[in-house]
Order: sequence, then structure tokens, then C-alpha cells
Amino acid sequence: MSNELTLPKPSGAAAGSGDPLLTIKGVQKHFPVMDGFLFKRQVGAVHAVDGVDLEVFPSESVGLVGESGCGKSTLGRLVTRLLEPTGGEIRYNGQDITHAGRKELAPIRSEIQMIFQDPYSSLNPRHTVGSIIGAPMEINGINPKGGIQRRVQELLETVGLNPEHYNRFPHEFSGGQRQRIGVARALSLSPKLIVADEPVSALDVSIQAQVVNLLQDLQRELGIAFLFIAHDLSVVRHFSQRVAVMYLGKIVEIADRRSLYESPRHPYTHALLSAVPEADPDDDRERIRLVGDVPSPLNPPSGCRFRTRCWKAQEKCATEEPPLIQLSGNSAGHLTACHFPEDGNAAVVPDQRAEV
Amino acid sequence: MTTQAKPEGASPAGSGGDKPFLSVRDLSVRFSTEDGVVRAVDNLSFDVEPGSTLGIVGESGSGKSVTNLAVLGLHNPDRTQITGSIKLDGQELVGAPNRELEKLRGKTMSMIFQDPLTALSPYHTIGKQIGETFQKHTGASKKEARDRAIEMLTKVGIPQPTTRVDDYPHQFSGGMRQRAMIAMSLVCDPKLVIADEPTTALDVTVQAQILDLLKDLQQEMGTAIILITHDLGVVARTAQKIMVMYAGRAVERGTVREVLKAPQHPYTWGLLSSMPSLSGDVDVPLRPVRGTPPSLINLPTGCPFNPRCDFREQVIGGGCTSERPPLSPATGHAAACHLSVAQRQDIFIDQIKPRLG
Repeated sequence: MSNELTLPKPSGAAAGSGDPLLTIKGVQKHFPVMDGFLFKRQVGAVHAVDGVDLEVFPSESVGLVGESGCGKSTLGRLVTRLLEPTGGEIRYNGQDITHAGRKELAPIRSEIQMIFQDPYSSLNPRHTVGSIIGAPMEINGINPKGGIQRRVQELLETVGLNPEHYNRFPHEFSGGQRQRIGVARALSLSPKLIVADEPVSALDVSIQAQVVNLLQDLQRELGIAFLFIAHDLSVVRHFSQRVAVMYLGKIVEIADRRSLYESPRHPYTHALLSAVPEADPDDDRERIRLVGDVPSPLNPPSGCRFRTRCWKAQEKCATEEPPLIQLSGNSAGHLTACHFPEDGNAAVVPDQRAEV
Repeated sequence: MTTQAKPEGASPAGSGGDKPFLSVRDLSVRFSTEDGVVRAVDNLSFDVEPGSTLGIVGESGSGKSVTNLAVLGLHNPDRTQITGSIKLDGQELVGAPNRELEKLRGKTMSMIFQDPLTALSPYHTIGKQIGETFQKHTGASKKEARDRAIEMLTKVGIPQPTTRVDDYPHQFSGGMRQRAMIAMSLVCDPKLVIADEPTTALDVTVQAQILDLLKDLQQEMGTAIILITHDLGVVARTAQKIMVMYAGRAVERGTVREVLKAPQHPYTWGLLSSMPSLSGDVDVPLRPVRGTPPSLINLPTGCPFNPRCDFREQVIGGGCTSERPPLSPATGHAAACHLSVAQRQDIFIDQIKPRLG
């Protein structure tokens, strides 16, 4: 991959244009917790994803950020239908795939692909790179022009690997190269939507940038829509036109990247942004110290889920769940779920906050 | 090992003043493997002053962890060849008998490991694991050790320490486990703490908590900290000095401000410009360092960074592939590069700085 490419500017935020490729409405995933001797009974449920609405438009990249355990990976797996939702609705290209069976899903599965986090465990060590990348085509009975091998070699070239390495095994590649193999596999069926679950977090900084650039080139050249799941806010900002912030199974704020990073309204978004360390000794942004950990999704707090760690929490927050709405002063499409939102200026900050 | 106290200010990590608490000179660590000799650390020198933090930055395989395991004497002596000198408060550690090192480990120097889930034993309670070190070094009774464990857990901010002390590691969350690890490493008030990627496995919000905690404890107890990380942002927030490592060698060192604001080495430039920031231009592709880190068995000749360097052609005389550049000057902000100081300055200001935004 050449990094010297001057890329065409993306055609603005693709959001709002045309029909969404993927529509998620009120999707829930509860994992049952079983206990009991001899007869297992359900004693509770982990509310991993609890009512998420999200739309992904064609050739748009939506970022999904949040702490570990907030349900972002589960949501990714629901979208690819590796998991069956407990409630809600998932539509792909207008078709309801919420509870679609194996047969119904087959044609859609080739259009929704996934890139996994760990390039070491997501490639079968006993298969050659050629058979790993070719497998999706074989499974789907696709016979590309010139044969599968030729297509695999094209793909290897697309992701910046040597096509002659067709017969090598994954252990012969470095972490960054393996992740490229994972990308090539996801591309083999010419998908319309790729769910990338922390695709670069296992890589070193310099290699991470190579893979981010590769994904960005692919997104722009092939017009693939991305659901980009990551915990690194700066990588998400670089890659995604719209960003959703998740907390404990819910989206607390969603906006195009500019308004989310420049005028976040939800206190949690503020806290997340202020916690990102920047490589700048003059970085004197005020830091919000969140106390404690994310509460257990087994028994999420009532009302607003962030209230247990929020410095603005009042009684209303415990009794009433804030809806995800467009607050006054926000640009279109910037939705926030908070009773007492921030003023939207990342620089102006009241003093008492530092003490929280 | 002979005394290496050089008259010309043997303080390569910058400003003089305090006598270094840890002083490493010409340290080399080699492992013999089936494929050949791995030169994990090669001629490394650095100092850590009491109460200060040194950040060691580098990619995987750059030798940062190996260096610090050598300081603690945790390498298998049968397979490891360590030469050079490591002085802890004047005491030579290279070649010291294990019994001596045992007395130091946990008491004078201790370590915070990256992954608290694997570094803590799942079979023992948190309190027992914290107390064990204390009992060993002070000869305290079980009761005293437990009290000390509770005191330490309070100090690192674990809620309800009197009940939590009897919990097992799996009952703690990731952030709390890392706090327990910190409590364990600080239980004997060590003078030097080596933190190996202490926050890499944690979320940003928890990372900020842990870094603040380390900073607070350092101010309270005057501990010297070596912070190993690959995240320049973490270093900028916590350390006073930085050493950038590449292929087992220091390629640049200086104060945080010097290295991050006016970096001199092409590798440091590469690291800085490959990191996306929260405020940079999003439509410009990132500028990664091309290629991959070299194999430590078969290092490139000359400067180990030369196959990935964009500025090789600009070196007058072209010594990059034949001659290994020394880290110069001997004190203060230094880089190991064949480019002249003026060239580096010009390149940084004209080409690199605009990219960093």
C-alpha cells in the first residue's frame, strides 16, 4: 500500500443521503445467567445491549466507542448475526434479518463481513493464506473470473502483501501483515458492510497507522460501509464520519465526528475525551477523573445508567431515563441522552468538576 | 565490573543535580536460541534520579521489557548473557548472586506488570499476595501483614478494604486488579518501581485513574519510576524524561518537552506522525513508519533503523548502512543519527512539524 497516495476528499458526511444500508431499532441482547443444583434456572440476565438505535448508510463509516463491557462488540456480533437479538429489529437493505434463519441469511452474510481484533487467533494456523482468503468464496460457491487463486492474489496485492505468499502459513507473517490477511478475507466477497471489531488495537503504533490507512483507502475506493468498533478515540475520529458513544449497553451520544469531538454534550463523552492522553507536554486540557468502574450490566442502575459516576447526577437521573434526542443548539443528527447536558464547549469548564 | 563513574558528568538522561538512583551503563542482553543469538539489548546506558519518572518508549521487540527484567535480575542465567553494569544506589547488580537480588526485589525495587490477571495468583487472596512480600522482607507476623495489606489497599483507593482484602483476584475488576498490583509493588516502600505497560490493558478512563494514582503515590513516597509503554501520550502525562528505544538501543533521549516538542531522530518523527490525534486533520492519511521492525537475530548493518528511514539519502557520506551512529551528545537531549544537528532541525521544522498539527 502506498501511503503517499493523495486521497480524494470524502464526499462530506454521507449520513442522511438515501436509504440506510443497515437499520437497528431498539435492539437488545440479554445473556441469561443460570444457577441452581441439578435444575438450572435463570437467575438474571446480563444486559449487554439494551435498546440501541443506529443507522449505517452506504459507504459511510460509523465509529462505536466505549469502555470494555459496554456492549460494543456484542452489537457488532448482532449486526453480523453471529448472535441472535433478544429484542428489537435489525434491517439490512430493507430486509428484516432479526431472526432470519441460516438459509435466509446466507446471501446477506456475504455482504456483511467482519474483521476481528486479534490477528493471532482469528487465522487458522494450519491453513495457508491462500485457503484462508479463498474459503469464503468456496463456501459461497463463487467462482471468480480466472479462478479463486487469481482472485486471492489480487486481494493480497490490494492489501499490500506479496501475491507470491499465497502458500505461506499465518505464522510466517508479522502482526500487521496478519491483520492485512484478515482484511483480505473480509474483502473476498466484495462486501457492502464491514464490521471491524478493534481491528488495530493489537498492533504497534507505527503498524496501526499502516492498517488504518489501508482500511481508509479501501473504504474510499470500494465504497464499503464500516461499523468501526474501537476504544481508541483518536483512531475512531480519524476513521469514522459519524461516531456513537456507548455506555452499559446504550448509546448515550451520537453525532458526526466534528460536533462530537468539538462540542460533546454528554458528560460521559466529555470524560472519555478528557482521559485520552495526548503526546503533547503542553496539553493542559482539564481532566475529568471518573471515579469507580462501569457498574455491572447484570443489574444496571435505574434511570440514566451513567448517574453512578456522573458529577451532575440529581434525583431526576435516578428515576427517569433520559431519551436519546437532539438537544437545542446541536447540529442535525447530534443526539444526546442526558437530563443535564454540558454546554457543548469543550474548553469552558466549571471548577467543581475537577474534584469529582 | 569496574566502576564506570565518568568524570565528564555521567548523567546521560539530562540534567545533573541529583545523584542517579539507578545507573545503567553499556548494558547488553543476549539470548542464545536455536536460530541464533538474539541481541535484545545492545549497549544501553541510562540513569534514573530519585523521585523522578523515566519513560521508556518503543515498539514490541525493542528491548524495553528485557532491559527492565535485567535490572530486576529475572532472566534465566543459563540462557542469558548479560554484560555491562547496572548500579542500584551504588550496588552492582550484574553478576550479583541471586540471594542478594532476592533481598532487593520487592523491597528496594519492584515491578508492576502489564496484565494483572496473569500476574496475580488465582489461588490466593489479594491480601495474602500483598502481605507475602511484606512478611518476607520485614519478618512481620501474619496479622501485621494483613493490616499492612489493608493499609495499602486503602492507599490505592480500593473501596471497603477490610472486606476486599479477603477477595480473590477474579472478584476484582480490571482497574481494581491493577490497583492491587500497585499496592503489592509498593508494600515495602521501594525506592524504584518499574511499571511495564501498567495501563495498556485498561480503558482510557481507568488508565487516567491509574496514572494519577501512580503520580500521587510517587509524590508522597519519593519513588523513582521507570514507565515502559508504547503510548507517547501516557509518557507525556507522567514522565519527566523519555528514552526512545529501537532494536535494543536507545535512539533518542531527553526531557519530555525536548523529545516531544523538538524530536531529533527519524524514528521518533515516525512514531509521532503515525499517531492520530484528537485535533489533527482527518482527511490527511496517517504517516506510518514504513516496513516492519527488524529481527534481533539478524540486525541490519550500520544504523538498525536505516531500512525504514526516509532520510537516508540526505546523510552526507552515507554512513547509515555501514556505521552505527552513537547516541550523542553525551548529556542532555541526544539522538543516535548520522544526520547533522542542523539537518535534523531543518527537516523537523520544514517537514515533520506541519504534519503533527
